[in-house]
Amino acid sequence: MIRKYSVLVSLVVLAVVMLVPFGVVTLNAVKSPADYSSGGPLSLPGELYLDGIVKFWNRVDFGGKLWNSLLISGSVAVLATVLSVLNAYALGIGRVRGRMWILVVFLVANTLPQEALVYPLYYLAKGVGLYDSRLAVIIIFTVIQSAFGTYLLASVLGRFPHEILEAAALDGAGKWRALWRIVVPISRPTLSVLLIFFFIWTWNEFFLPLVFLISNENQTVPVALGVLQGDKMMDATMSSASALLGILPAVVFFLIFQRTLTRGVTVGAVK
Amino acid sequence: MTTRSRDRGYWVFLLPSFVLFTAVIVVPFLMNVGIGFTRWQGVGDPRWAGLDNYTRLFADERFWASFRNNVALIVAMAIVPTIIGLVLAATLFDYVGKKVGPRAASLLRAAYYLPQVLPVAVAGIVWGWIMHPQFGALNELLKLLGMEPRNWLGDPGWALPSVMVIMVWFQIGYPVVIFMSGLQRVDPALYEAAEIDGATWWRRFWHITIPQIRPEIYVVLLTCTIAALKVFGPIFVLTRGGPGGATLVPSYFSYQNFFEKANVGYGAAIATVLTLVIIVVTVFFMRIQDKES
Repeated sequence: MIRKYSVLVSLVVLAVVMLVPFGVVTLNAVKSPADYSSGGPLSLPGELYLDGIVKFWNRVDFGGKLWNSLLISGSVAVLATVLSVLNAYALGIGRVRGRMWILVVFLVANTLPQEALVYPLYYLAKGVGLYDSRLAVIIIFTVIQSAFGTYLLASVLGRFPHEILEAAALDGAGKWRALWRIVVPISRPTLSVLLIFFFIWTWNEFFLPLVFLISNENQTVPVALGVLQGDKMMDATMSSASALLGILPAVVFFLIFQRTLTRGVTVGAVK
Repeated sequence: MTTRSRDRGYWVFLLPSFVLFTAVIVVPFLMNVGIGFTRWQGVGDPRWAGLDNYTRLFADERFWASFRNNVALIVAMAIVPTIIGLVLAATLFDYVGKKVGPRAASLLRAAYYLPQVLPVAVAGIVWGWIMHPQFGALNELLKLLGMEPRNWLGDPGWALPSVMVIMVWFQIGYPVVIFMSGLQRVDPALYEAAEIDGATWWRRFWHITIPQIRPEIYVVLLTCTIAALKVFGPIFVLTRGGPGGATLVPSYFSYQNFFEKANVGYGAAIATVLTLVIIVVTVFFMRIQDKES
């Protein structure tokens, strides 16, 4: 009995420790500066004070940053899924020759560090006038994410029941029709996992967006918060407000997509 | 329809990817390798320098320090989370799940996993605030406990350990989720038989749990090691590689050379070496995995 509880209690304590940073940030984000300076970071707020969040929101145009993040992540999710489907259709169902090698190329592309691409990409983007544009980031991440998507989907489509496709071919459906009318609808569960994952991965990216989105109106949420870090103008409550605004969208996605996420993590990890 | 014509018909679908891949991955990567053999400031023409960047690299104390720090981060991001994750997943699955209930187990799992949903740069911002020398919550807590406050991220002796602790916090949830789902595959009869034979929890953990989820352990170690080798966001927001290079990592080191010091050739050489290290690590893991199965 005692053992049972001691194990459970230590697991709960650990869970609390894991969640403390979320709590502390929230606590201080809703505190007034006066409240903070009298009670410090560990006291409970005397009253709910949302001015810090509002002030920070307006100061960095957080709505604009959210929109940039949504636009970039949403576009990448859709485009990268489409690209993955096209590739996986050729590799998994079409079984084009040399598909093993093509898959290896996608796999290698997926492990390449972005550092080994960043300067040439930066240079080329400047050359074609796409530097400091959301479009450049969308194109780059569409390709990077589809490398993983192709790899995963090709193995899923490799097991696709061929009889259905043959029946469709007899009915006169071409490859293009078969893809959109048969393969895509049947693979919808896997595709939705990919869509959600691409969205969240792109949302969380920092390195390439930091390099590519230098002007204020193009920045994503993590980049905008990241470059503000260490800003002398930020006081304690405003800093925690900024941290809270970074946490909130991620937690919202987690709550919405929880099932898909945990399922997808394991699908993605053990193929 | 012959196999051949079918084959040819499907090539079209690879075309968009072929074009985009060439432009975004293949050409930039080859350019990066090429730039690594030149001296270039990013403007004007690159000057051929042969292996100069590489000889300079291997003599550069900062470069070696960046890799030593990276090893510390592999410990913090791959090894420690895997060990803790194994114990947590096994306890949640084999103990909490069975004796308290599956709801409690999945609730605890969600709590451990939550940091993983944050953008890693935002995780850094959260901890940067908590560890702030003047207004951070950590020092406030230590003062309450009668302990000495520190400049966690600003003190050369404490910066790397602090970053390591943050990364452990960030990473734990991933192995827990993967290992718990791997454990669902294990035949419960194995555990029951072991229990009847009087095997302790520890023996069951060692002789059943670990061998059964070995594939998951390899995947977690590989993906987390690669993530540790690429780590950039938390270093950028927490310490910018400082103080005095105490938390410098190769990816930040190459970024510095590219965009702050205009040593593009040198930065490219660092990035190329980092790529090689990642490929070697990946091949190494895949070899062991093949041998095992």
